[in-house]
Amino acid sequence: MGALIEIRNLVRQYVIGDEVIRALDGIDLTIQHGEFVAIMGPSGSGKSTAMNMIGCLDLPTSGTYVIDGYDVSGLSEDQLAELRNHKIGFVFQNFNLLPKTTALENVELPMMYAGVPARERRARAIEALERVGLGNRLGNRPNELSGGQQQRVSIARALVNHPALILADEPTGALDSHTTDEILHLFEELHAQGNTIVIVTHENEVGAHAKRIVRFRDGRVEWDSQNGQGPHLEALALHVPADEGGGSA
Amino acid sequence: MIWTETFRVAWRSIRASKMRSFLTMLGIIIGVMAVIGSSAVGTGAKLMITKQVESLGSNILTVMPGSSGSGGINRGVGSATTLTANDANAILAQDPQVAAASPLVSSNAQVVYGSNNTSTAIEGTSAQYPQIKNITMADGEYFSPAEVTHASNVAVLGASVPATLGMRQPVGQTIYINSIPFTVIGVAATQGAQGFQSPDTAIAIPYTTAQNLLTGTTNVQQIVVSAKSSAVMDEAQREVAATLRVTHQLLPTEANDFSILNQATILGALSSITTILTVLLDGISAISLLVGGIGIMNIMLVSVTERTREIGIRKAIGAKKGTISTQFLLESLTLSLSGAFIGMVVAGVAAEIIGKVVLKIGNVVSVPAMVLAVVFSILVGIVFGVYPARKAANLKPIEALRYE
Repeated sequence: MGALIEIRNLVRQYVIGDEVIRALDGIDLTIQHGEFVAIMGPSGSGKSTAMNMIGCLDLPTSGTYVIDGYDVSGLSEDQLAELRNHKIGFVFQNFNLLPKTTALENVELPMMYAGVPARERRARAIEALERVGLGNRLGNRPNELSGGQQQRVSIARALVNHPALILADEPTGALDSHTTDEILHLFEELHAQGNTIVIVTHENEVGAHAKRIVRFRDGRVEWDSQNGQGPHLEALALHVPADEGGGSA
Repeated sequence: MIWTETFRVAWRSIRASKMRSFLTMLGIIIGVMAVIGSSAVGTGAKLMITKQVESLGSNILTVMPGSSGSGGINRGVGSATTLTANDANAILAQDPQVAAASPLVSSNAQVVYGSNNTSTAIEGTSAQYPQIKNITMADGEYFSPAEVTHASNVAVLGASVPATLGMRQPVGQTIYINSIPFTVIGVAATQGAQGFQSPDTAIAIPYTTAQNLLTGTTNVQQIVVSAKSSAVMDEAQREVAATLRVTHQLLPTEANDFSILNQATILGALSSITTILTVLLDGISAISLLVGGIGIMNIMLVSVTERTREIGIRKAIGAKKGTISTQFLLESLTLSLSGAFIGMVVAGVAAEIIGKVVLKIGNVVSVPAMVLAVVFSILVGIVFGVYPARKAANLKPIEALRYE
């Protein structure tokens, strides 16, 4: 089986007025099935753009991106939507659950777009919610749940379509330290069960849970722990600006 | 399956802001009410006019003297005296499609009975008049051909005349018309208003008597003709015209010196007026429906903006463009259809009550108008929902997710 993600010389540039901004300036990155990767870097490093690319939310200006055998360049918006639906489970910083909609219905949503029959949808959504420890919160709406619980619901939603990749964007950014630990343990558990996980974060504490760290700077991959060169984890913290936290140093 | 789900989402979003949804619907409600209301007004007006005109008798031709000259000779005002009782007799004798014909000599006169008096219409007619106008007698009888021939001083009272004159037993009493004594020989049953006059307040006397004592002329003002049925009206009209041309000795080059009014002609003229009225009202109601549609579009655009983030989430986890646009289209369609339904019920009930209970002219709500209103509402819902729905569907997921 080939790699899950293969990115070759990928460029994403934005034109704002007369200025051309190269948010990603020639990225090469390969991620295998079953990896647990943290993409790190200060703000403006291009890691958010990279997350949009990996998540098929945006298309590269040039270069290639292949996920699970599908080359995304040249895909239509609807084809991208289908790809996201089947291959990627998103976990966002601010949870992004639908308001006024129960936990169960939120988790059912990706299956609805995938065309799963109602009965199976329900059963699988309940199973996913039980797996993240919310079997007793099925009928609650997001505003009736704590931040940690909401993030568990969104993890259940990410899992439920059996995606090839779970893509988390600052998943603990809105949580306190205790809840952060719980959520990170949940990710470790999911990884242990064989899921491929990519977490985009600027927090070293979060990155420390990953098995591999890819560090971005100025739109390029500055350092990849897989290659075994460059600074190791403790030294890495020094690159993180003080105002962005990184208490683990 | 995804349809019911999509509909549920649309319905939930409508219910989430009840007041706003209702106000949005109000535009459509008023529009639909206007469509149904205007068609009901049109139908009602047509019904009333038809009823009025038909009360004059659906098989009646009225012959009037023509005006002014023809063939280079100016007959002047004298042309109004061209109709005579002989014309009526000729029509009756020669025209096979004519059932009855009666001259009509009308005038107004002061009528006295005892110490009471009133000024009312006096109609000089022949004995055939009741047959033409479907007059039935409440008491006594109409005058006979012999009484007409002898120009007897007999009178038949309209239904409301005895009360006006304070008469208890009218038949056999003597009334004075322009100081001339008349014997009352009958009272007609109530006929109700006919067109612009009420026969119930009039008094009928033989036309010969009317010519002798009231007008002092030998001509008649009208000849009232009834055709054998309403189906042969046109034929009867042609026959009457031909007969009159002969009796008036008109040359082929001369135009008719009389005119014939046909009930159907009057009806046609009046209903073309109401048609214009209805078209006008329909136009106005279509505009109000259009304005309602714009209201829907406005609210849908607000809704798309408000729910940008929700759209972003849905797209990120796999909603296609079509799913998103269907959701918003269904929402606007639900709004317009609910509005149409409410408007239809309210307008339908109101029009029924006004038509049947207040005006008593029968069923005025037209099913085609209702169908039209609903179809138009669906169109409005789609047309004005498409733009907001497309706008929602075309949102870029990353931008929509970032929207606060």
